[in-house]
Amino acid sequence: MSAAALAALLRTPEQAPHLPGEAWNGIVAAARAERLLATLASHLQGVALPEAVGAIFADARRDADRDRQLALWEADRAACALAPLGIPVLLLKGAAYVAAGLGAGAGRMIGDLDILVPRDRLEEAEQALLAAGWEWVKSDPYDDVYYRRWMHELPPLIHRERDRMIDVHHTILPLTARPRPDASALLAERIDLGGGLWVLSPEDRVCHAVAHVLADGDLAGGLRNLWDIKCLISDIEDMDKLYRRAALHGLTAELSRAQRLCDHLFGTGEGALRLADRFFLARLLSTDGWGRDSRPLLGLGFYIRSHLLRMPPLMLARHLWTKWRRGHRPS
Amino acid sequence: MKHQLTLAIGPAIFRIGSAWRAPIDALRRLYASYPRPEEGAIADFTVRLEPAGRGRRWWRPSVRIAGDHMLPEAAPMALRHGLLAAEMGMNLQMALGWRRHLLIHASSVEKDGRALVMAGESGSGKSTLAALLGQRGWRLMGDEFALLDFVTGAIHPFPRLISLKNQAIGVMRAEVGDGGRFGPLMAGTPKGDIAHLVPSPDAVAKMKEAAPPALLLFPRFGLPAEMRPIGEGETFMHLTQASTNYVACGERAFHALHDFVTRVPTVAMDFSSGEEAEAMIADLWREQAR
Repeated sequence: MSAAALAALLRTPEQAPHLPGEAWNGIVAAARAERLLATLASHLQGVALPEAVGAIFADARRDADRDRQLALWEADRAACALAPLGIPVLLLKGAAYVAAGLGAGAGRMIGDLDILVPRDRLEEAEQALLAAGWEWVKSDPYDDVYYRRWMHELPPLIHRERDRMIDVHHTILPLTARPRPDASALLAERIDLGGGLWVLSPEDRVCHAVAHVLADGDLAGGLRNLWDIKCLISDIEDMDKLYRRAALHGLTAELSRAQRLCDHLFGTGEGALRLADRFFLARLLSTDGWGRDSRPLLGLGFYIRSHLLRMPPLMLARHLWTKWRRGHRPS
Repeated sequence: MKHQLTLAIGPAIFRIGSAWRAPIDALRRLYASYPRPEEGAIADFTVRLEPAGRGRRWWRPSVRIAGDHMLPEAAPMALRHGLLAAEMGMNLQMALGWRRHLLIHASSVEKDGRALVMAGESGSGKSTLAALLGQRGWRLMGDEFALLDFVTGAIHPFPRLISLKNQAIGVMRAEVGDGGRFGPLMAGTPKGDIAHLVPSPDAVAKMKEAAPPALLLFPRFGLPAEMRPIGEGETFMHLTQASTNYVACGERAFHALHDFVTRVPTVAMDFSSGEEAEAMIADLWREQAR
């Protein structure tokens, strides 16, 4: 289980000089599969490493630098499109971490640009982005209606020249999910970075990361999300304040679980685990030393869970029926 | 994985895992003359040859090419083409993941310590020409990727197995006496008939010896013999298209490519036979190569 070896190395970088070559092969393959290679490279900077690993890490850090540069440019472009309307561009996830210079941004690979805008300005934001060169990715009318009615974001847009995606959120969980985060509170506590860009408060950043990995989705690539949470929590000064904030968003149970998982994966590992936590850990550590998912059935279980989290049973049945008729099959 | 092999080709080390024995055995035979990486070598890339679906290990065995870097829409391949799948898997890792040189989709050969680089679309004959020249007094550096050094501007070899397609197989069988240097004929692959050729011993022995580029050719097979020089701007644009990591390598790629096109004379060469091309290249090499 090389995701486990990867987590162990992130926890105790000082073991790096003693690892045999075969262990490195497993760790590098797992880290690439989990999109954590540059994170690992940043975290191990200054530790004595085999020459071959040093070269692989140097490449990974270059890629992460480039991701950072591209993400900041996309954020700037979005701000440029939305600033004339007075709509604040509140960055989420990777772009926020690098723009705010957080530890969670060190070596972070960044794909799409995620932003949060006030729900009552969503339509204006959409029109402004379309005018600035972004286009719809999906043309399926069912998906489009589904996104607009039930999701926490617009259907994804892609820029026609730069080929980069933007996800425009108005809250941080689908409207059909059980927890109902307070989007206006998220916006009210936002922090100004200058240049028309904003980020969530430190507490809300943790709440969003926790909601994203534990209250939504099937935990694919979840190890990186947990690492994000570990780094974001280390920026928190007052843990009571964090828990009060999580309670406001209805995410107390998720935050506790995230803390237990982080402690087990990257911390002292002394805290007690609940029974269900063990399923989450098994899922988070399912990547083997060849970069494969070694527990596909568990993955399928979490895939089903992700749908149950997202929709009440009757709605889910209708959704699956529609999707099935349209030829969609789970991968 | 159940069967595995580690290969060093030029500057890169690959760890190849397979659900089946046959592709690994074929690689082991064809790469037998390459320096073997030491036990526990740390690989730059992992390649996986895995069943393309449940049960596909045994029933109508079908290979999915996977690894560190993957193409989501890649079509599975029949197990009898497993050797080709392994080669494609290694190429894919280089194309998408290599950052230590600028990768140019081109063949290259060396003579007098200087490199001739041949770029062009597939079917242009660049690979066959490199294989042919590699038998006729040139050192083959690579048939697929020329690796341009960001600092020195030299070309580094990447002499993997030469992938011969369709008519090129017959041409090279006539050229190379030693049948043991050929891999199995794989008929009816997505790229037509394919057979691999082991580069000559000097190409393998010097696989870490770089050479400064002296001439860039854009060969085109199947046309009456003709040559025309190509300007720096046009060459630059062609090479950005022919590079798989130009964008990913950012500014240093721009500078390396700019240096390359301003230093290296470039000629488009149409030809209709190997003998004709060899003579044209000999002339060009005398007159143009810097």
